[in-house]
Amino acid sequence: MPMQSLEIDKKEMEMRSTQLDKARQLVTHIEAGDEDLANGLIEELGRMHDSILFQEIGKLTRDLHEALNVFRMDSRLSEIAQVEIPDAKERLNYVVVMTEQAAHRTLNAVEESLPIAEVLSRRSHELADAWQRFRTRDMSLDEFREFSQQLGEFLQQGAGDAELIRANLSEVLMAQDFQDLTGQVIRRVITLVQDVENNLVGLVRLSGERLSTPDQKKSKEQQDSQPHQKLSSGSGPSVPGTADASQEVCGQDDVDDLLSSLGF
Amino acid sequence: MKILIVDDFSTMRRIIKNLLRDLGYNNTTEADDGSAALPMLKNGNFDFLITDWNMPTMTGLDLLRAVRADEHLKTLPVLMVTAEAKREQIVEAAQVGVNSYIIKPFTADTLKEKIDKIFERINAAG
Repeated sequence: MPMQSLEIDKKEMEMRSTQLDKARQLVTHIEAGDEDLANGLIEELGRMHDSILFQEIGKLTRDLHEALNVFRMDSRLSEIAQVEIPDAKERLNYVVVMTEQAAHRTLNAVEESLPIAEVLSRRSHELADAWQRFRTRDMSLDEFREFSQQLGEFLQQGAGDAELIRANLSEVLMAQDFQDLTGQVIRRVITLVQDVENNLVGLVRLSGERLSTPDQKKSKEQQDSQPHQKLSSGSGPSVPGTADASQEVCGQDDVDDLLSSLGF
Repeated sequence: MKILIVDDFSTMRRIIKNLLRDLGYNNTTEADDGSAALPMLKNGNFDFLITDWNMPTMTGLDLLRAVRADEHLKTLPVLMVTAEAKREQIVEAAQVGVNSYIIKPFTADTLKEKIDKIFERINAAG
């Protein structure tokens, strides 16, 4: 850009010094009473003025063209700013909510299981001690009756407790599905961040070069089609409050209904 | 029964593997996308395929297409377990020939129910 304006300034300077020369000649010719030559110079000066005007118009046209190009690039950026950034924020919020839920689900299961495991461990130790005394015949008949009853209760309780712990561990297992679901959402946001980066780089390059080359136009078209990726390649979980809301989303019951309507 | 689990997230593969073990299916193998899974299916004598949809390189839908197009694999039962929940996607998967479809997040009961149903149908037909 500075190169071009320098060139234009240089041309203008040359033009002005030629004009000044001609004007001086004109004065000389008029003073000498040489009307024909004077008239010729007046005409020439008029033509020069026109050509300066055309150059100015040319410069304005170029600026306008450049401004329009920047604006075209801007419209993709403004789409990103107005639609896709808020959309991405919603998606990242979904990630926060999902990870929080998963953490609570896990912590709840752990908090419920730990006391059960502690009681199980303490009772096992107590009964093991008593069992040892029974084995070494160091136990009265009354004590043995009590021990036998406690042992029966412990075994019954133990089966139930173990089942509770198993169920809670399953809960912990299932809670880990958040990593897949939020991972897909985060990957999608990363793609958007890359898109923003490419557009910003394009904008900087454009204002550097003034005019976009055909190559850049092509890459811009490619970028435009990117966010609207085909559903066939998969788009991750549907997030409420985002562009996903415009599409019909199914829960497991809807899927079952849909598949059975298709003969499954 | 030999089962192949295909998902790009290792956490999800482990969840499914554990749930299958609870259901009594101990012979499971894992692959992290369609392009890794296809050669395994071709060489592995698998009885059942459980696949995600949204994966890099080769999606679950393309894997399903490849399975249905393969002379030796075309009757392999395929269960899709995916977060892709748009109506037209489910219709597309059905058209390509999926046997059943589970939306993530899912429960252990749903997995059991769908697997039971797939093999009920196959046994009834065969």
